[in-house]
Amino acid sequence: MLDAFVAALFLQAGYNTALVTAGAAVLGASAGAIGAFMLLRKRSLVSDAISHATLPGLALAFIVMALATGDGRFMPGLLAGAALSAGLGLVAVEWITRRTRLTEDVAIGAVLSVFFGLGIVLLTVIQAMDTGRQAGISGFLLGSTAGMLRSEAEVIAVAATLTGLAIFVLRRPLTLVCFDQEYAATQGVNVRATDLATMALVLAVTVIGLKVAGLVLIVALTILPPVAARFWTNRVERMVLIAAAIGAVAAYLGAVVSSLGPGLPTGALIVLVSFAIFLFSLVFSPLRGLLAGQMTTLALRKRVHERQGLLALARDEPIYDPLTLKVLRRAGYIRADGAATLEGRSAALAATREEALWGLYRKLFPDQALNADYHGLTPINEALPPDVVRDLEQRCNLRAA
Amino acid sequence: MCVFRRLKIRTMNAVTPQLVARDGRKLARENVESPFAISGLTVSYGGRPAVLSVDFVTPPGAMVAIIGPNGAGKSTLIKAALGIVPRLSGEVTAFGLPREKAMARIAYVPQRASVDWDFPATVIDVVMMGYYRRLGLFRFAGTRLRRSALACLERVGMAAFADRQIGQLSGGQQQRVFIARALAQEADLYIMDEPFAGVDAVTERAIIAVLKDLKAAGKTIICVHHDLGTVTEYFDHVLLINVRRVAAGPVDEVFTIDNLQETYGGRLLTAENAGGVAPASPQAL
Repeated sequence: MLDAFVAALFLQAGYNTALVTAGAAVLGASAGAIGAFMLLRKRSLVSDAISHATLPGLALAFIVMALATGDGRFMPGLLAGAALSAGLGLVAVEWITRRTRLTEDVAIGAVLSVFFGLGIVLLTVIQAMDTGRQAGISGFLLGSTAGMLRSEAEVIAVAATLTGLAIFVLRRPLTLVCFDQEYAATQGVNVRATDLATMALVLAVTVIGLKVAGLVLIVALTILPPVAARFWTNRVERMVLIAAAIGAVAAYLGAVVSSLGPGLPTGALIVLVSFAIFLFSLVFSPLRGLLAGQMTTLALRKRVHERQGLLALARDEPIYDPLTLKVLRRAGYIRADGAATLEGRSAALAATREEALWGLYRKLFPDQALNADYHGLTPINEALPPDVVRDLEQRCNLRAA
Repeated sequence: MCVFRRLKIRTMNAVTPQLVARDGRKLARENVESPFAISGLTVSYGGRPAVLSVDFVTPPGAMVAIIGPNGAGKSTLIKAALGIVPRLSGEVTAFGLPREKAMARIAYVPQRASVDWDFPATVIDVVMMGYYRRLGLFRFAGTRLRRSALACLERVGMAAFADRQIGQLSGGQQQRVFIARALAQEADLYIMDEPFAGVDAVTERAIIAVLKDLKAAGKTIICVHHDLGTVTEYFDHVLLINVRRVAAGPVDEVFTIDNLQETYGGRLLTAENAGGVAPASPQAL
């Protein structure tokens, strides 16, 4: 089992498996990239509606092809059916949101459940049919890469690459619309066309990925990687790239494990890998992670004690707080007996100046000072533009004189 | 209540014949010189007019304040004029062309609160958005554009913040970044929605200095403005609106107590407002 896993992991398990896993990786990258823009547009759940809306189309295409040719498993036919009904679901969501007073979440919930319910009914019909070859369609529910045909893997890889290229070309209008659609419109971006293109790309990724990730869970590929990526960067382009990388890794690992046995659903494995990466990001990201947040709080506590201690030194007041004493002693500002060192004296002077400037700032601009970032512990040169600091200094000197 | 009833009757009487008689194209032809001419602009929100048949011809090189009470349709007016929200009727021309053909010469500065500042972008990323028309889909954003973006930030005193995440900025700093992005567009007409709302006094001075520079360079500026006390100091033209247009023209002719009272209704002469307006507009007294 382990040998088989290692072999598949390093593309040694035969040409077919290698192609399938590589195709899954490209698909994961495209899904992560377009998912990042959906997340920034705050429309992540639309992809859930799209994916669930593929089911009736899939089932209908299967039934039609089974009746016409005796075998319903022809993949391009199934995907065309899926794309059609997903497109219909998308139009329904759009129409409800634009033409009625209902909100998008309501529209998504309604469309998703109705389409999925219809699809399930059609699946039952298929099971009652005497072709007895419905096995081909169940893989679309939760995803299955085991026994995937080489031609299918090739279609997935090529289509996912094209989708990725389209996302790359459209990155600027997508970013502008996500940040501020009104400004984007004045810059000549066709907002509606850009939104439609985004939807078309999500639809493409969903339909292409049906066989790999399954329609129930493919939404995880467009949501989890971007959410995880957001933890690691503060820039759109990097976020999209990181989301693509995470999506690729998750889809690749999912496909590798799934290729080991016919019973392993790829979609579920992909979700688990994505979730593990998300959880890791949530805890360990240095920018926005929980751990970093905790560290920031501790660092802030230290700075507060240091500032209070230095101000007390400047005013020659006694210090009793044990943590304050410890912080000052560690920084070399006081000796073991509590007397201030030379560094301590000059640091106390600097702290007094900072405090005076911040105090003046608070007095002059109470609204701005309320902003949490300007609590007065940040060195004023870093927190405010140089002209504001100069202005404050001048006012301070005038006061002193 | 009394004020409302009076307003309603007056607008209903005044507007209908104007709408019928209006000929936007004629006005556009007559105002080839104007950077921004609006004729008969009407916008509705949910079946009620938010802006009703407003005309305004911006003189070239003017600094215009659009003022009026809350809900008077100031932002709606400029958004509709820029094609951001749909209009029921009316024509808009810029530099003698239909507005949509002149958009490359217009820079729009939205309200600061209209965007999500937790968006993953740095200060320079936002300024670079101003180069979208130049870059399009395929051109590469090289170091030269980055340098000119930095120069725009320098003009608003924010060059040191180029790599800061936008969520870490104060309100005044956010507004400066938006101004820098507008500068990057190198437009001839700047349309700003409340550029001084919620900014500190130093930022307000920095912004007004930039605007005066633009005016000196022959550019035209239109601001939605809320502070009646600074109108005479900052602007040379005003457009007073309360759904419909009340008055428009040079500040010293139009910014009068009578017009303000007509714009704001009886509410203007409450203690706090009267103190703000009277000393700032001595010609009105």
